[in-house]
Amino acid sequence: MGIAFGHVLALAGIVVVLGMVCAVTRRNLIMILLGVEVMLNGAAIAFTGAALRWQQLEGQAFVLFIIAIAAAEVSLGLALIVYLYHRTGSLDPQDYQVLK
Amino acid sequence: MTLFNLLFFAIAALIVASTVLAVTRRNLVHAVIYLIFGFFGSAFLFYLFGATFLAALMVIVYAGAIMILFLFIIMMLRVEAPEERLFPPRQLLPAVLFATAYVVVGALLLLQDATAVVPLPEVRTGPAAFGRYIFTQSWLAVEIASLLLLVAMVGALLVGKRPAGESEE
Repeated sequence: MGIAFGHVLALAGIVVVLGMVCAVTRRNLIMILLGVEVMLNGAAIAFTGAALRWQQLEGQAFVLFIIAIAAAEVSLGLALIVYLYHRTGSLDPQDYQVLK
Repeated sequence: MTLFNLLFFAIAALIVASTVLAVTRRNLVHAVIYLIFGFFGSAFLFYLFGATFLAALMVIVYAGAIMILFLFIIMMLRVEAPEERLFPPRQLLPAVLFATAYVVVGALLLLQDATAVVPLPEVRTGPAAFGRYIFTQSWLAVEIASLLLLVAMVGALLVGKRPAGESEE
């Protein structure tokens, strides 16, 4: 038996679920951003597997753009986190209750 | 069991194990280091799938730049070792709910699909072919992505700058 596209999809699904659990349960802004990165990584794995499955380069091209967008998202997200930390002195999203 | 299969399952185990370790770490630096291992695993996987250029890009951009940026920010902010309770029940419940729903639906879909067990071919795309494809078929998307990166850089500079009225403490 060879490795099948189903195995690749299962691996990508596990990685995306792990990232989602991290983003939902952790109470630290940096860990939430890391969870989003893990989810993007799972999507990239699925796209590369699909590129191999159908012998089309579109999948690989999409992974290139996923990497570019992840870089943009991380730079802006970390800048916002630093700004919030200087403003409130905390990284816990539960502490941001100025509007309450 | 060929070498291709063996490598795939070993790499998959590496990715899942290091991601689980990263997600459950209390110490942020440890989490980032484990996640770097996970991204190296993804790079191996991309190489196995014949995407050689993407494997290099994964190591350079993801493991090399993005994760190091995380490390810099963690060290800059002096986040004191938090007595954060890992997985508080109020947030764990929706996570478990969504994860089980997702896993059940995904497993059903995979079991339904008869074509999901067709073995994958073993081909390799060199960087030259990939670059030719990118710059002929999707050059507009490349331009948009570069513009997005520029906007992100300007935004990060603006957000990171102290407001003019605020004095240095």
